[in-house]
Amino acid sequence: MDIKAYIILSLTLFTIGIIGVLVRRNAIIIFMCIELMLNAVNLLLVAFSKMHAASEAAKASPSFASDAQIFVFFIMVVAAAEVSVGLAIIVMLYRNTHSVDVNFLNRLKN
Amino acid sequence: MNITTILFILLSAMAAGSAIMMLLNKNPVKSILWLIVVFFAISGHYVLLNAQFLAVVNIIVYAGAIMVLFLFVVMLMNLNADSEPAKNYRLHLIGVISGGSLLLVLVSALMKMEMQQPVQMKIGDAGLIANLGRTLFTDYVVPFEISSVLFLSAMVGAVVIGKKD
Amino acid sequence: MSNVLQIAWLIPILPLVGFIINGSGRNVLSKGVSGFIGSSVVLASFLLSLYVFIQVKNGNTHVAHYFNFINIETLRIAFDFKIDQLSSLFLLIITGVGFLIHVYSTSYMHDEPAKDFAKYFAYLNLFVFSMLLLVMGANYVIMFIGWEGVGLCSYLLIGYWFKNNNYTDAAKKAFIMNRIGDLGFLLAVFWLISKLGTVSFDEVFAAESLKKLTTTDITGITLLLFLGATGKSAQIPLYTWLPDAMAGPTPVSALIHAATMVTAGIYMIARSNILYTMAPVTLAVIAITGIATAVLAASIAIYQNDIKKVLAYSTVSQLGYMFVGLGVGAYTGAVFHVMTHAFFKALLFLGAGSVIHAMGGEQDMRNMGGLKKHMKITHLTFLLGCLAIAGMPPFSGFFSKDEILAAAYANNPVLWGVGVFTAIMTAFYMFRLYGMTFLGKFRGTHEQEHHLHESPAAITMPLVILAILAVIGGLVGIPEVFMHGGHRLETFLEPVFAQSKAITEKHTLSHATEYMLMAVSVGGALVALLFAWNRYSKYSKTESEPAGFAKLLANKWYVDELYNAIIVSPLKSLAGFFNNIIEKKVIDGVVNGTGKAVNYGSRQLRYLQSGQVGAYVLLMVIGMLVLFIIQLFL
Repeated sequence: MDIKAYIILSLTLFTIGIIGVLVRRNAIIIFMCIELMLNAVNLLLVAFSKMHAASEAAKASPSFASDAQIFVFFIMVVAAAEVSVGLAIIVMLYRNTHSVDVNFLNRLKN
Repeated sequence: MNITTILFILLSAMAAGSAIMMLLNKNPVKSILWLIVVFFAISGHYVLLNAQFLAVVNIIVYAGAIMVLFLFVVMLMNLNADSEPAKNYRLHLIGVISGGSLLLVLVSALMKMEMQQPVQMKIGDAGLIANLGRTLFTDYVVPFEISSVLFLSAMVGAVVIGKKD
Repeated sequence: MSNVLQIAWLIPILPLVGFIINGSGRNVLSKGVSGFIGSSVVLASFLLSLYVFIQVKNGNTHVAHYFNFINIETLRIAFDFKIDQLSSLFLLIITGVGFLIHVYSTSYMHDEPAKDFAKYFAYLNLFVFSMLLLVMGANYVIMFIGWEGVGLCSYLLIGYWFKNNNYTDAAKKAFIMNRIGDLGFLLAVFWLISKLGTVSFDEVFAAESLKKLTTTDITGITLLLFLGATGKSAQIPLYTWLPDAMAGPTPVSALIHAATMVTAGIYMIARSNILYTMAPVTLAVIAITGIATAVLAASIAIYQNDIKKVLAYSTVSQLGYMFVGLGVGAYTGAVFHVMTHAFFKALLFLGAGSVIHAMGGEQDMRNMGGLKKHMKITHLTFLLGCLAIAGMPPFSGFFSKDEILAAAYANNPVLWGVGVFTAIMTAFYMFRLYGMTFLGKFRGTHEQEHHLHESPAAITMPLVILAILAVIGGLVGIPEVFMHGGHRLETFLEPVFAQSKAITEKHTLSHATEYMLMAVSVGGALVALLFAWNRYSKYSKTESEPAGFAKLLANKWYVDELYNAIIVSPLKSLAGFFNNIIEKKVIDGVVNGTGKAVNYGSRQLRYLQSGQVGAYVLLMVIGMLVLFIIQLFL
């Protein structure tokens, strides 16, 4: 498979995530869209890792290709932490405003 | 067109389609379920790329833990109802157009590139658990340990924020 | 003996010390102390001046170098004093008359509070210092320092009673009109520096420097210097400040606006005589300006009722005479007239001050009269002063005025004719003044009559001394026709004007002509004198207001109104235009407009900060899009 195919797939998923953030107002959906974007990036990283594994440089150093996958692993770690805190915030938000509509979160205006 | 290509196209269509379904669905629970489908499709891609470890972790962490967390939140707080009032369609349009043009710009830039780089499919040991484990516990042992501290603090944070008062 | 002249620096320094002591100690010094300090420093200067004068008379002229005032590349301006015949004569006049006026002031200003009294003496000392600097300076720059200094002191002293708005206006008028002239002086100095690279008198007047100057240069420089002189010495067109300057205390009028400062212009032209002799155009301008001023001021003086105003216009008129003298090349005559005028005009002013003092501040002659029997000394000395200014022989005014008139006749009989006419008017208005003040019946209130008294000795002593000088002062310049070698002043001043003498052809009048000229002017003046004496000794308050031409004279030819109409009002309306339109609309508009534009712009931009996360994300995406387009396609 050519790398371009993976790039296009990732871009598509990423853009769907962006559009989701733009058009939806439900905080949980927006959060999910962010997770989607993270996954798009993860996919791209893995694809690049395998692209490098096919190249000549990978033969000299065995860990060359696996670095990118370690990164993905760490992204997942961070994403898990982020979700736990983010969901706690959403719960608190709901408890205070009885809504998860982000348009209520316009305190920044003042 | 070999089996790999067919699988790739199938999985890609599944991921993109489920993502769009996730967006279009008004019901948060259904959206979550569609997103789980997307994660499964991505895990399929990982398997196709012979990144076995990540494929498994993706299912366990994302489709398992994270999405269940989402579901818990939605269901426990009873957000299941369609909470979004009828929305300004002009804003929808603006969001779709700007996101779409972003995709268009990036894809057309990519297409202009005269690059042919094959990706190693189904073979290669970079994504095997043994290799990744060795790298993780030798070269990356310090970030790995720090990430546990990150988890701890996230846990404390979640508890503090989520407390009743 | 040149070492002796090194003490010359003490002459101006002493009044400066007096100024510093009186000025800084004005809150603690008693009236007696400050008056004593003020007078004694000037007396000390006078004694030193006398010493210096004797040295100079023995042929000991000198330029004393102290330090370099300005020293940049090729331009070197030294702080030098030039001690020669001309400056030593002026030193005597300034410190001598100055001392008498200081003594006079101790009594005249006695009613002032001690603080103001000390301030007054401080200013007076500062004035003497500046005037001495002006006279002693050996180059135009030092002279200009003194020139500005006397202008400043004149301003301060005219506005001495600064709580009265009219007085401060008069002070401002004097200062501003002087500044117009000063600009001319300054431009002339710059012109000299650009052409010759020096301003020192000795170097500028040297034959080789004069060769470097074209006729245009000399004419331009001398005309600009003369512009400075018209400001300082109250000539047309800048004379109107001097009558207004009478707002100051009377001794100030006597010292600054009669005896010394106003003669600075004459001194400066006499000092630069060689330049003027080489510029016949300028000389003609000076002569015409001088005679026009003389006749104009004299005609105004005829119908003034304020005793000091009459004397002020008389001063302007006499200064006009001096300029006529300079204009026809009779430099000695002009300096001679400066000297005699200093005596008799100071005398007249001080006498008027004595009268005003006795009348309790009354200055209107219509309310005076018959003071003869109350103030014997003042009356006698005043009469002598009037005779001197009217040019009666053998009083001092006769000799100096005659010398100028004779020189004017030799130059152009028309000048002489107008001069004699002015002399006749002078006799008339002086004796009108005398008659209205001292003769006839007292026309003031009973209270004033009761108050009438002769002034104390501190006032009468200077009057007597000045009267003696006014009577005999002319004897230093007895014309050739009366006594061979009688003109000792001319002999004394000869070295100063030698350069000019060498290049002017000598007019000599026959003795018969000279006698005839004297007879005409003295006769005319005598007739006017007797007519005025006769008419105004019977003056009564019931006389009708002046009408027709007399009204024009009484209103000073409406010159002030003319100046107001053509200069002051347009300037004021221009200033108003700038204030109301340019300042308020344009400048304020730009300044406020900037603020308003920023305010409005911020108000509009504020809508971007909706606080809605979605809007921020949208903007972020659009920004990313733009960045990508720029990065990848452009």
